[in-house]
Amino acid sequence: MRTSLAKFGQAIKLPGLSFALAFTLTGFTIAFSDAKVLSKIGSPLEFIKSAGATAGNAYLALFQGSIFDINLTKGHNFFQGFYPLSETIVIATPLILTGLSVALAFKSGLFNIGAQGQFIFGAIGASYVGFHFQLPIVIHVIAAALAGMALAAIWGGAVGLLKAKTGAHEVILTIMMNYIAGYFILWILKTSQFLRPGRIDPIAPEVNQSARLPLLAGANLRIHAGIFIALVAALFVWWLLTKTTIGYKFRAVGANGQAAKTAGISVPFVLTATMAICGALAGLGGAVQVLGSEHALNADIAGSFGFDAITVALLGRAQPLGTVFAALLFGALHAGGRTMQSNTGVPLDIVLVTQALIVLFIAAPTFVRFIFRLKKLNSSAGLTSKGWNG
Amino acid sequence: MSEIRSSVEKRRLRGVVVITLLSSLSFLYFGFISPGKNKTTFGFVLNNEWVLIKEWVIASATGVKIFSGISLVASVLAILAYRKRRQIVFPVGVATFGILMSFITWAASGKFIPLTGLLQGALLLAVPLIFGSMSGLICERSGVINIAIEGQLLASAFVSGVVASLTHKTIWGLIAAPIAGAAISFLLATFAIKFSVDQVILGFVLNVLVIGLTDFLYKKLLVPYQSTWNTAPTFGKIELPILSKIPVLGPIFFSQSIVVYLMFAIVATITFALFKTKWGLRTRAIGEHPTAADTVGIDVNKLRFKNVIIAGLIAGVGGAYYTVGSVGAFGKEMTAGAGFIALAALIFGKWSPIGAVFAALLFGFADNLQSTLTIIGVSIPSEFMLMVPYIATIIAVTGLVGRVRAPAADGVPYLRGGAH
Repeated sequence: MRTSLAKFGQAIKLPGLSFALAFTLTGFTIAFSDAKVLSKIGSPLEFIKSAGATAGNAYLALFQGSIFDINLTKGHNFFQGFYPLSETIVIATPLILTGLSVALAFKSGLFNIGAQGQFIFGAIGASYVGFHFQLPIVIHVIAAALAGMALAAIWGGAVGLLKAKTGAHEVILTIMMNYIAGYFILWILKTSQFLRPGRIDPIAPEVNQSARLPLLAGANLRIHAGIFIALVAALFVWWLLTKTTIGYKFRAVGANGQAAKTAGISVPFVLTATMAICGALAGLGGAVQVLGSEHALNADIAGSFGFDAITVALLGRAQPLGTVFAALLFGALHAGGRTMQSNTGVPLDIVLVTQALIVLFIAAPTFVRFIFRLKKLNSSAGLTSKGWNG
Repeated sequence: MSEIRSSVEKRRLRGVVVITLLSSLSFLYFGFISPGKNKTTFGFVLNNEWVLIKEWVIASATGVKIFSGISLVASVLAILAYRKRRQIVFPVGVATFGILMSFITWAASGKFIPLTGLLQGALLLAVPLIFGSMSGLICERSGVINIAIEGQLLASAFVSGVVASLTHKTIWGLIAAPIAGAAISFLLATFAIKFSVDQVILGFVLNVLVIGLTDFLYKKLLVPYQSTWNTAPTFGKIELPILSKIPVLGPIFFSQSIVVYLMFAIVATITFALFKTKWGLRTRAIGEHPTAADTVGIDVNKLRFKNVIIAGLIAGVGGAYYTVGSVGAFGKEMTAGAGFIALAALIFGKWSPIGAVFAALLFGFADNLQSTLTIIGVSIPSEFMLMVPYIATIIAVTGLVGRVRAPAADGVPYLRGGAH
C-alpha cells in the first residue's frame, strides 16, 4: 500500500509541480498587469495584499466559470449550479477529438498541425448532410458524422500521401492546408448551396432536428451526447495502438522509420493511413461541434480547437487517456476564462499563457527539477517529434 | 548513390513536365479558350522617378500569346537542357515568369495594373518573412530547430510598438525590438540546449505563450490606455539620391524605410559570414556534425546558444517592421502567421540565405498579386486568390523542391559522449 502510494506520489509530482509553477506565474502576470495593483506600489504591504486579491479573485472566477457556481442555483434547482461544468465538457468534447488526432500522429512520428483544417472539413460535411437531407433519427446523425469524417479523412490523408510520395514535410503541408481550409469555408458559406436563405452574413442553415445529438441534462444545460462519442474515440485510439497490427505498424514507423521499412512495413501506407485516421478524428470533432452544440455552420466554427489540440496532445503525452484529461482541463480553462473576463476584467487570453507554461514545464522535467532543487524525479521518456529529416 | 541520382533525375523530369504542361495550358486557355476581350494597361511610374515608359497598353489576348509564347519557348529550352543533362533552373524560371505574366494580362483585361507598385508591395510584404527566415536559417544551420519565429516576430512587434509609443521615438522602438526577439531566443536556447526539450514542441509552445501574453497585454493595457501605450510613430522613407530616380528599380529598392535597408545589409552579411568566415564554418560544422566539431575544439552548445540569440536579434528587427517600420500601432496577433510562412520560405529555399530570400519574395509577390487583383476587381472569388500563396507553397514543396535536406544535426541536442 505504502509503495503504491509513494509510486502514485512520484507519478504526479512532475505534473503537480508544473501546474503549480504555471499557475503561480500566471497569477503574477494577472496581478502585475493590473492598474489598481500597480498604483499601490508605494506601500509594500498594501501592494502584496492587493496583488493577492486580484489574482485570487481571478482564480475564483475561473473556478466558478468552469466547475460550479452557487449563484446560478438561486431560483433554479441545485443542478443549474453545474452549468459551468456542462460548458467545460461542451468545450472539451471537440478538443478531445482534435487532441486525439494530434496524439495519434505523434505516435507515428508525425506532427499534425492540420487538425484545424481537418476540423473545418468535418464541420462542412456534417453540416451539409445535416441540413440538406431528410433522414430518420439516429441514421441522420450517423450519416452526417460519417460525411464529415470522410471529407476530413481525405483532407488529412492527402498530407500523408504527399509526404510519402514527394518527401514534403507534414508540418509545412498542414500549416498551408489550414490556411486553405480557412479560406475555403469562407467561400463555401457564400455559395447558394450553403448560405442560409434570407441571410447575407456567412452562416449555413441549421441542421435538422433529426441530425442533432441529444442533450444529456435537459434544455438548460448545453452538455450533449458528443462527450460519449469522444470517449469512445479515445478508447478506439487506445485499442488501435495497443491491440492491432496496424497500430503496431504505426508505432514502429514512429519509433524508427528506417527499421520499420527494413522489417517490411510499407511506410507510405502507414503515413497515409495515419493521417487519414487523424483527419477523421479531427473531422469528427468538427461534426460533433456542428451536430451537438452549434447546429449551424459558421465561419468561426473551428475557433482554435485545432491549435489547442496540439497543446492538449502534448500535455496528454500523446496517450489517449492523458489526452482526455488534458482536454477536460483546457475546456475548464476556456469556460472559466470567459467568466473571469466578464466578472473580473482579466482578459481570457491569459488562459493561453497558462496552457503554454504547463506544457513547457511538463516537456522539461529537468527544468522543474532544477527549479525545485529535486535530486530525482520520475518522468516518462520525453515526448519527441521528428526534426525535418525524420 | 545511383538511387539518389535517379531520384534527382525524376524530380528534374517532373519539373520539366509540369512547366511544359502549365505553359501549354496557359497558352491555350488564356489565349484561345477564354481570351480577355479588352486591353490591359501596365503602369510603370509610381513616384517621382525618371520616366522611361509611363504605361504600356496591349490587347489582353495578344499579350497572353506573347507571354505564353515566351514560356513555351523556355519550356522547349528546358526540355533540351534536361536531355543534355544541363541546369534547368534558368529556363524554368523564365517559363514561370511567362505563365505569371500571362495570367496577370488575362485577369486584368480592361483594367490597370500598377506593375511597379505590385513589385514594391511584394518586397514590403516579404520584409518580415525575410527577417524571420534569416532567424530560422541561423538557428537551424547551427542545429537548433526554430519554430518560434512567429513568437519572435510578434513579441518584438509588441515591444517596439510599446517602447516607441512611450518614448515617442521610432529609434527606441527599433532598438528595443531585437532585445525582445532575443528574449524569446533566450527561452528557446535555454530549454533546447540546457534542458534538451524537444525543439519542435518547444517552438510551438513558445508561440502560444507569446500569442497569449501579447493578446492579454493588448486588451489589458494597449486598448484602454491607447493614447500612451499604442501610438507608435513610424520611420519615414529615405530616398537615396539618384538611385531612387531609376525607373522601376528606384521606387522598389531605393525609396524605403531604414528597416528595409537594414534587411539588405543583414542578408548580405549573413550570406558572406556563413560561407566565408570562421564563424560561418563553425556554425555549419555544429549543425552538420557536432561531434566532429567538438573534437576539433569548438564548444558546440556555447556556439549554438550564441547563434540562437543572434537569430532572435535579427527576427526582432523584422518584428519592428510591423509597428515602427510600417503602421505604427500594434494590433492583436498582427503577424498573422508570417513566422510560419518564413519557416516555409526557409525550407523552400533549402536552408540557403539566397534561396530563402527568393522564396520569401515569391510569397510576398503572390500575396500582393492577390490583393491587387482583388482591388481592381477580377471575377475570381477573393477567397481563392487568398489561397494562392499557400497552394503555391504546397506545389513548391511537393513538386519543385522535392526531398529537401536539413542540416544533419538539426533539432538534435548535443550531449558530450554521444548520448542522445
